Parts: sequence; C-alpha cells; structure tokens
Amino acid sequence: MLINYVPILIFTVVAIGLVAVIVVLSELLGKKKHFPSKDMPYECGMDPIGDARHRYTVRFYVIAMFFIVFDIEAIFFFPWAVVFKSLGWFGFWEMLVFIGIISVGLVYVWGKGALEWE
Amino acid sequence: MELVAQFLGSAGARMVVGLIGVIALVSVNALFLIWMERKVAAHMQLRPGPMEVGPHGAIQTVADAIKLMGKELITPEKVDKPVFWLAPIVIFLPVLLSFLVIPFSQTMIIQDMNVGIVLILAFATLSVLAILMAGWASNNKYAVFGAIRSVAQNVAYEIPLLVTVMSIIIMVGSFKLSDIVAAQDRYWFVLVQPVAFILYLICATAETNRAPFDLPEAESELVAGFHTEYTGMRFALFFLAEYTNMFIAAAVATVLFLGGWHGPFFPGVIWFLLKVYAVIFLLMWFRWTFPRVRFDQLITFAWKILIPLAFVNLLITAFVLKLR
Repeated sequence: MLINYVPILIFTVVAIGLVAVIVVLSELLGKKKHFPSKDMPYECGMDPIGDARHRYTVRFYVIAMFFIVFDIEAIFFFPWAVVFKSLGWFGFWEMLVFIGIISVGLVYVWGKGALEWE
Repeated sequence: MELVAQFLGSAGARMVVGLIGVIALVSVNALFLIWMERKVAAHMQLRPGPMEVGPHGAIQTVADAIKLMGKELITPEKVDKPVFWLAPIVIFLPVLLSFLVIPFSQTMIIQDMNVGIVLILAFATLSVLAILMAGWASNNKYAVFGAIRSVAQNVAYEIPLLVTVMSIIIMVGSFKLSDIVAAQDRYWFVLVQPVAFILYLICATAETNRAPFDLPEAESELVAGFHTEYTGMRFALFFLAEYTNMFIAAAVATVLFLGGWHGPFFPGVIWFLLKVYAVIFLLMWFRWTFPRVRFDQLITFAWKILIPLAFVNLLITAFVLKLR
C-alpha cells in the first residue's frame, strides 16, 4: 500500500533539488554588491520606521479560529462523501443533522457579530 | 529490496518520463501564461501588448526569464534568513506534487492515487504556509500585511471550496480523479451542478490570490505583497508557483466539472488542455472585469454567502441522489 506514496517522496526530493539548483545557479550568475541602503527593507524609499512585525487587528485571529473549527467539521464530509451511495437514506438524514449542528454554530457567530468587520 | 524492484518495474519509467514532462510543462506553462495574461489584458484595454520580441511578443517572457537569471539575489538585513530562504521551496513543492495525480488523458497520469483530490486540496493548503513564511520573514511592512491578508482570505475560502468539491464526490463515490472524469462520459457535471461550478470558480480565484480577490498583492497599496523583498530567481519561483497554481485550479475545474479528457475527434490530452486554458482565460477575464473588493467584503462574502450556499448545494445534491 505504502508503495503508492513513493512518488510523493520522489517529487519532493526533485522539487527541493530543482529549487536549490535554480537558486544556487542564480547566486553564481548574479552580481553581488552590498551597500547599506540596498540592504534595508523597502518602504517606498524612506528609512523604515520601527519594526515590521507590528500588532495587528484581532479580527484576523477570530477568522483563524473559525477556520480551525469549520475546517475540521468539513473534514468529516470526506469519508461520508465516498460511501454516500451505499449508505441509503440513513446517510442523508445523518448528514442533515450534522450540517444542522454546524449551521447553528455559524448562525451563533453571525448573530454575535463576529463576522462583521468594522 | 523486493519493493524497490517492484516499483522500478513499470512505475519507475513512468515516474521519470512524468517528472521530465511535468517540469517541462510547469516552465512552458508559466512562460506562456504570463505572455497570455499580458496579451489578454492588453487586448481588453484596446492596446497591442508586448510586440517586439518574437512574433506578437511571443518570446518576451523567455527574455524576461533569462534576465531574471542574471539578477542579484538580495537578502536584506534583519530578515529571518532560514525562513526567508525556505519559503520559495515550500511554495514550489506543492505545485509540483499536485501534478502527480492530474489525469491529462485516460493513460497520461503519473500515479492514479485513490486519494487524488484530497491530495491536491491538501497540498494547495501548503502554499498558504509558504506565503506566511515569506511575508513574516521579510521584515517588511507590506510583506507582513500581504501575508496576513492572504492567510485570512485563503482559510476563509477553503471551507466553501471543500464543501463544494464534496458535492461532486458524492455523485461519483471516489476521490480518484480518473474515476471522476470517467463518470462524466455521458454529460459534464457542470450541467447538473452549475451552482457548484460557480462556487468553485469563485473559491479558486480567491485561493490563487487573483483579482478581484488579489488583496494580498494589491499593487496600489501593498507594492507587491508578500514577495516585496524577493529578487531574481527567488521572485521568479513565486511567480512560477502562482501561474502553475492557476493551471492546477483550472485542471481541477476541468476534472470536476468539464468532463476532463472527454470530447470528440481529438485525443483526450488536447481536449483536457483546451478546457484548462479556457478556464484560465475565464480567470483572466475576471481580472479585467471586476474591481478589487474591500477586505471586509471579501471575508463576509465567504462566511455569509459562500459557506451557507455550499452547504445548501451539498444537501440538495444528496437529496436528489437519494431520490433516484
């Protein structure tokens, strides 16, 4: 069984090798010249003000948390979808209940205003 | 040892040919798509686009690629060096791996895995990681903003994408891409699943960070987004991955909705490529038709419209299948 996944390994090695060759070749071909203003982070030609890794709005964390919850729930569709044909009506009603539960969660966060972006 | 011998038998030769084919396809496709994008953009704005290098500027992108080869690789100070260097690899890896399971024709498929579509969806998610790595490591404000936007957008549009794909899977009962195409020998799934097709196209546009959802690299506000600090071939790798991702998104659309290799007269591979480039043309058309959305619109659109719609579409599909 595992033999089926060997190509993934081979492709991984080749991809890493290819990128390494491209970057190393380009490093050898390109010129190298350093001066302070060139090594600065780009900020429209001005001297950068402070560090780039600032605090940012908490909305992004909220979105990330919803993603984890809903994505894990979406994963449960995968095995269900493959055997759906052999499940009969039971499979349908079961998934209806499941989607119902997810929808309750979605409606709840929606109602709480967590999806609004002011 | 036996496993190795067994593997080298027929699959080994297939692997080598496939690898060379894929690498050739990835580079030619990127060169062609960049030229095509410029030409499509130009003609939609009633201007000729690149004309000088080769007939109708056809080898302009080859010249660009050669120029990029000779450019200096700048690693600015204060970047997180290992992560900065690793990001181009991480973005290129899933791109190459996705080609493993794409069925170009009945026989032209490197490894017909039974987890096909799951593999592509899983690897597509990896590129989010690469974008975050590139943006965060760059220590550049535009890059960080671009990366954060990109992650929020990609994760929001992934859920409707997964659910939409599942509504096709329940019709076929298999993750194998060749099975999905084989199930469409009488009619294309786009005819019975038009809503799913539109949902998929919207999500694919968002997942490939293209206009009207190109906020991660909105050039008028974020310079170049997450790859602002990348130069030379490292920048080229991001570009290569972006255009190859477009190809993969279009290829998956072709497999799921447009009947893959099915078509009269020509061999399957020609039909497959024709459909793929037709979908890509559609994606380019979007770019010059719709204005860029605002970030709050982007996120609320995914959560309030696409996700409920995808669930409803899945349930209706399941209900109709059970009625039969």
